[in-house]
Amino acid sequence: MDLPILIFKIYNSIKNKRNMSHTEVVDSKEAWGGGTSPFAAGYGKLMMWFFLMSDALSFTGFLAAYGFFRHNYATIWPTAENVFTHFPFMHGHQPLIYVALMTFILIMSSVTMVLAVEAGQRMDKGAVIKWMFWTIIGGLIFVGSQAWEWYHFIHGTELGAFELGIGTVEINGVVEQTQGIIGRWTDESKQVLLLPWRETAGDLTSPYITLTGDALKEALANGQAVYGANMTHNEYGHPLFADFFFFITGFHGTHVFSGVVLNFIIFVNVLMGTYEKRGHYEMVEKVGLYWHFVDLVWVFVFTFFYLI
Amino acid sequence: MEHSDQPYKYAQHHSEAEGKKTRRMIWNMFWVLLAITSIEVGLGLIWQDWGIPFHLVKMTFIVMTLVKAYFIVAYYMHLKHEKSFLKNSIIIPYVLLALYLIYMVIAEGTYTTFMEYLW
Repeated sequence: MDLPILIFKIYNSIKNKRNMSHTEVVDSKEAWGGGTSPFAAGYGKLMMWFFLMSDALSFTGFLAAYGFFRHNYATIWPTAENVFTHFPFMHGHQPLIYVALMTFILIMSSVTMVLAVEAGQRMDKGAVIKWMFWTIIGGLIFVGSQAWEWYHFIHGTELGAFELGIGTVEINGVVEQTQGIIGRWTDESKQVLLLPWRETAGDLTSPYITLTGDALKEALANGQAVYGANMTHNEYGHPLFADFFFFITGFHGTHVFSGVVLNFIIFVNVLMGTYEKRGHYEMVEKVGLYWHFVDLVWVFVFTFFYLI
Repeated sequence: MEHSDQPYKYAQHHSEAEGKKTRRMIWNMFWVLLAITSIEVGLGLIWQDWGIPFHLVKMTFIVMTLVKAYFIVAYYMHLKHEKSFLKNSIIIPYVLLALYLIYMVIAEGTYTTFMEYLW
């Protein structure tokens, strides 16, 4: 965009001379003259926005840290689509389908929440009750699904993996220590073990280096099989991957759960008619902001953790 | 919380007609978000079979996610229709700090090569 035009737009929106967006036009003197909120919003709503901004920065920090370590260990960490491959009550390989369903449920609950807010703005108590009820249900389903994902991650796959013991292996002329390295089996016959180094380092499409035959027998004698994930080792590889998974999804899950609790409290208040008496449903709006924030964070976690 | 006899100054009271418009916007946004998410998931499943280079896929994901974030914050959280001062008070500090954080991680994040056993 042309720099002069950009400066012109910024100048005008600051001076409020021409309404450059769809916002209310209020004379500056009146807004800052006292006795009214310059933000044209109540105290509670404003504080909720400030809290959401600070919380968004926290999550940005977590995701930046995750991105940093992921980039650092890109050749060793597993990719999410190879780890999260299960759908409840179904056997087989359904990469990321359950996570996509969880995303859909959370977006749906965001839609029902904003419909509840809209109903509140028309003082339509019945509709508020209906939409808030569905929002709470959506939130509970999401938390339950996340708990199932954790359970499955901790439980591990039937095949498991193998943690190598003390020793060395030579990869493309470089001698690497093998202690703690997690190797994965290619199939149930357990004849070929995939090591986390690729034949061409840094090339994400190059095949992994394998251990077979006598070298494999030697390695098996030295190490131990590992199933699932716990605080000390996990079958997916580098422990940092599991750490970040639990930390980020755990923080997000806590926010979802607290959002469900808050939604429930407000739901009870709506049922009791507190907001009809008060004359406005702004509390529903405030708790709706929090719920949308939770959805927003999930959109980012879903992209950076599962898709990329 | 209400100590005065006057009605709450910032109460958002909408008419039935405004409500209809708002609801239509809400459902339109939902279809847009659903479409974008479906494209993301679909792309994630087939990029390898179609031979699309991964950095293109990654950029597409990030751009689509930012688009989704914009729609949610602007329309569902109503920020687009708030007063400019409120809008800017939230967006400008967040964007500046987030960009600064990302810059710090990229620019200063070279020390890990000096630390060998960073489990």
